[in-house]
Amino acid sequence: MEHLLLVLAACCYCVGSVGCFIFLLRNAQNAHRAAVAVLLAGWLAHGAAVALRSFAAGHLAVTTIPEALSFFAWVLIGTYLIIQNRLRLRILGTFVAPLAAAFLFASAVRPSHMIPASPLLKSVWVWIHISTLFAANALFAVAFAAAWLYLYQERNIKKKKRGAFSDRLPALERLDRVNHVCLLTGFPLMTVGLLAGFLYASAVWKSPWTWDPKEIFASITWLIYAVLLHERLAVGWRGRKAAWLAIFGFSAILVTFLGVNLFFKGHHSLFSSQ
Amino acid sequence: MDIYLVGMNHKTAPVEIRERIAQVCRMTASPLEHRPHCRAVEEMLFLSTCNRVEFLFTTRNGSEGVEEITGIMTGLVGLPREMVLKHLYVYKNLEAVRHLFRVASSLDSMVVGEPQILGQIKEAYREATHYRTVGVVLNRLLHKTFSVAKRVRTETNIGCHAVSVSYAAVELAKKIFGDLKGKRVMLLGAGEMAELAAAHFRAQGVREMVVVNRTLERAVELARRFHAQTIPFTHFQDALVDVDIVLCSTAAAQPILHADELKPRMRRRKNRPLFFIDIAMPRNVDPKVHDLDNVYLYDIDDLKGVVDVNLAERRYEAEKAQHIIDTETMQFQQWLQTLDVVPTIIALRRKAEEIRQTELRKTLSQLPGLGDKEKEAIGVLTESIIKKLLHDPIIFLKKKSVRDSKNLYVSLTQQLFNLDREDAPASSLDCTDG
Repeated sequence: MEHLLLVLAACCYCVGSVGCFIFLLRNAQNAHRAAVAVLLAGWLAHGAAVALRSFAAGHLAVTTIPEALSFFAWVLIGTYLIIQNRLRLRILGTFVAPLAAAFLFASAVRPSHMIPASPLLKSVWVWIHISTLFAANALFAVAFAAAWLYLYQERNIKKKKRGAFSDRLPALERLDRVNHVCLLTGFPLMTVGLLAGFLYASAVWKSPWTWDPKEIFASITWLIYAVLLHERLAVGWRGRKAAWLAIFGFSAILVTFLGVNLFFKGHHSLFSSQ
Repeated sequence: MDIYLVGMNHKTAPVEIRERIAQVCRMTASPLEHRPHCRAVEEMLFLSTCNRVEFLFTTRNGSEGVEEITGIMTGLVGLPREMVLKHLYVYKNLEAVRHLFRVASSLDSMVVGEPQILGQIKEAYREATHYRTVGVVLNRLLHKTFSVAKRVRTETNIGCHAVSVSYAAVELAKKIFGDLKGKRVMLLGAGEMAELAAAHFRAQGVREMVVVNRTLERAVELARRFHAQTIPFTHFQDALVDVDIVLCSTAAAQPILHADELKPRMRRRKNRPLFFIDIAMPRNVDPKVHDLDNVYLYDIDDLKGVVDVNLAERRYEAEKAQHIIDTETMQFQQWLQTLDVVPTIIALRRKAEEIRQTELRKTLSQLPGLGDKEKEAIGVLTESIIKKLLHDPIIFLKKKSVRDSKNLYVSLTQQLFNLDREDAPASSLDCTDG
């Protein structure tokens, strides 16, 4: 059942991606409307699959890399759907939907065995830690996509030429605003998530800071975003510089999120490397 | 029955006639009032814009119809007949349909792709329905025209990009700011082109404007037109902190704004984007300003470059539009051809029905003892006999309607059944549609 739902969700994300690309190439509004509907259907199926698995495992199913990827894809699509609903940034789907599809497929390639229910994972702190951090990562992923779009569009305007998809791209101020909103909502979530992690670590391992590689990288990432937020709010950084920093920040997230689990051993790889 | 289109436009008429055309466009009395005096013209539609005057009409007698319409046309323009005739074009049937489709899709306009023309044709059609000068054929043709124009708009990018310098500036501003409502525009200098662009910005929802000019008188005049404030010329650099779009058109011989003057002010405006449109000659703003972050500077040549690219794009899209129009014209042509056989079919049906009614009456009067049920049964019997009998000839005629030989078969049918063609009521043509 769960597997069936996952396959269904993956198919929906693929169809949605195709719809978004048709929109990009042909400026077909209907294609995009259909794509959003399909993505929503896929998101619901995916959500059901995640819920089933979590229920069966007794804890939130993000303990292996495939599970984490799948969960991240789910949060990403959810974030996109909310932003689409609120800010009407259609072009963003062209970037987000394939990304989510890729994540989901990556997780499907290596279907993981289930981790036996561990008392370590049952705490409410783990729930807070994981859900807030994943939501923050999804928001930063959207900001990342918006930043690339911004740089492309801004370059066209500065070079005084009309780019390929120029009339489908949102205005510079809108893209910058997406970046701003994502940062403004993502940063507190990230902070809460990290604090929950440290608090729980101090409860379990008697110390909040144990020089775990993930702890180090997460702190660096947090600092990058703190700088970006400060520059934006206090100094008034906008546009190109802010876009580059959002891209840099998300690269750091990718390292923290995936790289650390692949190359280092620590508290988090305890689960994923099995 | 033939469809004709007689007219003049900006391509065929020289300036002195075009001026007259423009006057025709402002006339209040409609030439459709002449319709009752025309003997040859049946349905009629009159279209006039600043760049064209056209009559669309149907007639059974082509040469006489064209004669009557040119008479009205010379009267309208108020010039000698020979002069008008020289610049007139006359299209018949397929050509007329194609021309109308082209006009409505804005392929025949001075600025290809401009959107107003469709509204003007709709207005002309409304007027014609008001005077009741359009019937089956033109009704159908005009509705088809509207749908073709809509198809061209949605399936091609013909009207997508700005082709005037001032409007190109507005489109660029939209690319930077998105919605222009709530943005502030500064008019630096009071050139004519800047004024035009300001009007465009106002139409896009910009409500707050600031006018800066060396001569106060002109500044006040402009400020009144755009409901704007005025600022002394010496203070304009500080005012840059609060505006988003600057339209420069002063007559200054040297640049009046340099990058190093703008830089600290960008910091004070927290790097919110600032868009300079420099349409002055020589330029008012130092080109280095464009290199600053979040500052965009377009001068007149840049805008002209944008317009040229857009014009080329429109020409390319116009070819796609032409293809749509050609296929639609063919389809309309097919419908038009069936029209020629329709009156004969109606006459045939009517004759049969008349015979049936007469014979039925005779029979029933000789059989007084019949009940209602029996009477009805006889009625149904006779009806189905003529229906079945006429079925094959009618199908045959409809099939022949798209062939060149149709006239032969039409006249043969008329002779065979001794039909009087003039009897056919034109108003019921639609029932055989499709």
